[in-house]
Amino acid sequence: MKASPGVWLLAWRRFERDRLGLACLVVVLIYGAVMAASAAGWIVRDWSEEVAVTYAPPTFLGPEAPRAAPAAVAETAPPGAREDYGIPDPLADDLAEIARELAGASATETRAATLAFGADKWGRDVLKKAVKGTETSLFVGLVAAALAAFLGTLFGALAGYQGGWIDDLFNWLYSVFTSIPYLLLVLSVAAVVNQKGVLTVILILGLTGWTGIFRLIRAEYMKHKVREYVLAADAIGASDGRRMFVHILPNVSHVVLVQLSLHVVLFIKSEVILSFLGFGVGVDTVSWGSMLAEAQSELILGKWWQIAAATFAMAVLVTAFSLLTDALRDALDPRLK
Amino acid sequence: MSLLSVRDLAVDFRIDESTTLRAVKGISFDIAERSTVALVGESGSGKSVTALAIMGLLPRENARLHPASRIDYLGRNLLGLPGRELRALRGAEISMIFQEPMSSLNPVFTVGFQIAEALKQHRALPASQARPRALQLLGEVGLAEPQARLGAYPFQLSGGEQQRVMIAMAIACEPKLLIADEPTTALDVTVQRQILELIAGLQARRRMSVLFITHDLSLVGEIADQVVVMRDGEIREQGSVEKIFAAPQDPYTRALLACRPPLDRRPQRLPVIDDFMGGTGPKPGERKRGLRGDEPIILEARGLAKSFYFREGLFGKRELKAVKGASFKVAKGKTLGVVGESGSGKTTVGLLLMRLHKASGGAVLFEGRDLLPLPPKAAYSYKRRIQIVFQNPYASLNPRFTVGQILMEPMQIHGVGSGEAGRRALSLELLDKVGLAADSFAKYPHEFSGGQRQRIAIARALTLRPEVLICDESVSALDVSVQAQLLNLLQDLQDEYAMSYLFISHDLAVVRYMADQVMVMKDGEIVEIAGPDEIYSDPKHPYTRLLLSSMPGRAQQ
Repeated sequence: MKASPGVWLLAWRRFERDRLGLACLVVVLIYGAVMAASAAGWIVRDWSEEVAVTYAPPTFLGPEAPRAAPAAVAETAPPGAREDYGIPDPLADDLAEIARELAGASATETRAATLAFGADKWGRDVLKKAVKGTETSLFVGLVAAALAAFLGTLFGALAGYQGGWIDDLFNWLYSVFTSIPYLLLVLSVAAVVNQKGVLTVILILGLTGWTGIFRLIRAEYMKHKVREYVLAADAIGASDGRRMFVHILPNVSHVVLVQLSLHVVLFIKSEVILSFLGFGVGVDTVSWGSMLAEAQSELILGKWWQIAAATFAMAVLVTAFSLLTDALRDALDPRLK
Repeated sequence: MSLLSVRDLAVDFRIDESTTLRAVKGISFDIAERSTVALVGESGSGKSVTALAIMGLLPRENARLHPASRIDYLGRNLLGLPGRELRALRGAEISMIFQEPMSSLNPVFTVGFQIAEALKQHRALPASQARPRALQLLGEVGLAEPQARLGAYPFQLSGGEQQRVMIAMAIACEPKLLIADEPTTALDVTVQRQILELIAGLQARRRMSVLFITHDLSLVGEIADQVVVMRDGEIREQGSVEKIFAAPQDPYTRALLACRPPLDRRPQRLPVIDDFMGGTGPKPGERKRGLRGDEPIILEARGLAKSFYFREGLFGKRELKAVKGASFKVAKGKTLGVVGESGSGKTTVGLLLMRLHKASGGAVLFEGRDLLPLPPKAAYSYKRRIQIVFQNPYASLNPRFTVGQILMEPMQIHGVGSGEAGRRALSLELLDKVGLAADSFAKYPHEFSGGQRQRIAIARALTLRPEVLICDESVSALDVSVQAQLLNLLQDLQDEYAMSYLFISHDLAVVRYMADQVMVMKDGEIVEIAGPDEIYSDPKHPYTRLLLSSMPGRAQQ
């Protein structure tokens, strides 16, 4: 007996014809592979090693004149030179210590003057940082979106299907969450949790981001629960849970999937904002947001390569993911086209 | 001279890159001035596509007209007209009314505004004159209190009133040709009668022509002068209404006429299209209906009531009594027919019996035991014994399940059959019983036609071997020829399993054919219960009499 193509296979066949969608899928898959490889420790395990001189420029720009390096300044300037101003430098001792440490470090290992995409303040490879940042940002986006989609779908299913006081309860919760400006809500949760880390960011984004999905899924469930196929399931004795999750859920799953995809993009951007504002991941790891935050001060010095790397990595992923979402929506819901 | 002549009309639809479907395969017919032509056919016959082609309303992106096609309106080929001229013609000289009045009217504008707009568009009437004209039109289509209706929004009107408004809009510019595409299909039988009379009256009074499109041949006899019978994009037969009804030439026309349940006798089986197309003709024999009075009662409702509550204002509640104390009995192995118009509570009764809605009062006795107060666990085992087949076969099957999953699920829930293999065997057996091929098992519902889907729904109900089957308008959404097949199937199943049916329908002819006892409902109350022959020959209640007089085709029989 030949099996008929199911709805997912049919959707895939429609998707296959969308060239742009396919190209975006490939891009997203590459990012996913990078994330997985980085998380597994196959690549960029040494991202935090200080392999180059401070602010080593990209290779195609060529090495900088040695005067630009603060370590060089500290070394070349004679200790007595500053006394000419007649004002004692309050940081003199600290600077001297830093200079000694830097000198000691450079004494033990030779540092590269340039890197393929440049280096940051500590001489870390920007390319490796961007790859490591991809791991953090994409992981946060995916897991937070999955959490938000799970909560939104569960709450929406319960509220839409059960109605009555359960619906009222979730609606009240929804109203509370949406009545606070989003960024304010995120920042206040971050301030309360007050513990930096990837897990915290995921929780913050997931716990505040379910509202949009909730609203859509609730409406879908209200629409579907009065459909005859659900009544028919009741008539054959299917339990409430079975009707909610075996009968209705597959019929609204395309909505969940599109929302999930949409929220990955949204949360990647949110993570960047959070990290930029200093509420995101800790200093021991790197994300695109923390790279942007660091780059803020570098720009004044004309060191543009860190911000360029983070922006480029993010822009490509976000654009590809957004276009993928559109293609997904077209494939899953052909009537909208 | 004919007003409109269609010549070699052929329309292709592009399904996807590689497939096209020829919906209309080169048809020709004429509409004479001041005459009514009925275009009759089942779904997929191309009748609506023909109407849309005349109006120039075919979807541009995937419909293609064959270059040889011509539609001449008073000597001008409509198919070659530029868009601007066609628009001027459309609405002014040729206008159209559709099946669903609710979706054809714009919900955010008042009725008066919408009629006046049509007048302003085509007659260039100033607003001061358009309004009195709209009022006059509403009076002409027989709307009560036209002055008050002018300011009403579409949702404030009933389906029949909305269709009257649509007709008023369509005749506003005094068209020469009115195309009515299934204008009464969505309406109750008494309203259907009024709309038919209205269209016939307008046609005579305004000296216009009407192209009346319908699937129901019984309506045609009362309204049309000429009949065109279509099937699969081709014209099977055309001629005067007398000729078509008295001496149909084409076997398909004969089959269409025969597969409606006749009112004067009750054949053992209804003839289906294949009987005629194959040339075998209908099978003889009549079926006896009615109760002897000593049959055991399997299901009984006592004072069954249901109220719905609507929130009104901040704290107020409005009660709608959908069912007001219904009491009836279903005899074992027999059929109780339930007839009534929309809002009569007949569907609610079916849902209450199955506990799909919670009753507000009364009792449902299954073999003497009241089901309503039972806790869900105990009621569960009764779900096996009462099953239901819903009206809309497109909505009642889960689109994400294969037919196999649909059939095996109830058996899994109730532990019917021995293991997966046993259930699979039972499902295949049932598919065969309802006349579907075994390879249906792995297919999805969207791969089947409406009639086939309803067979799947029947098979699903049968998986639990119910003793009572509730058929809630189970054949109403289907073509008449498919209806006949399904009615035969239901009858065969009853003969085989001695099931009892609660047969809910608005179609009096079908109920008369199927039922051993008929119950007439109006506004949530049972107005009359009697045997099928008594109720049709000697109705006691005035409402029953009104229903019967509205039956299409009754005049000819």
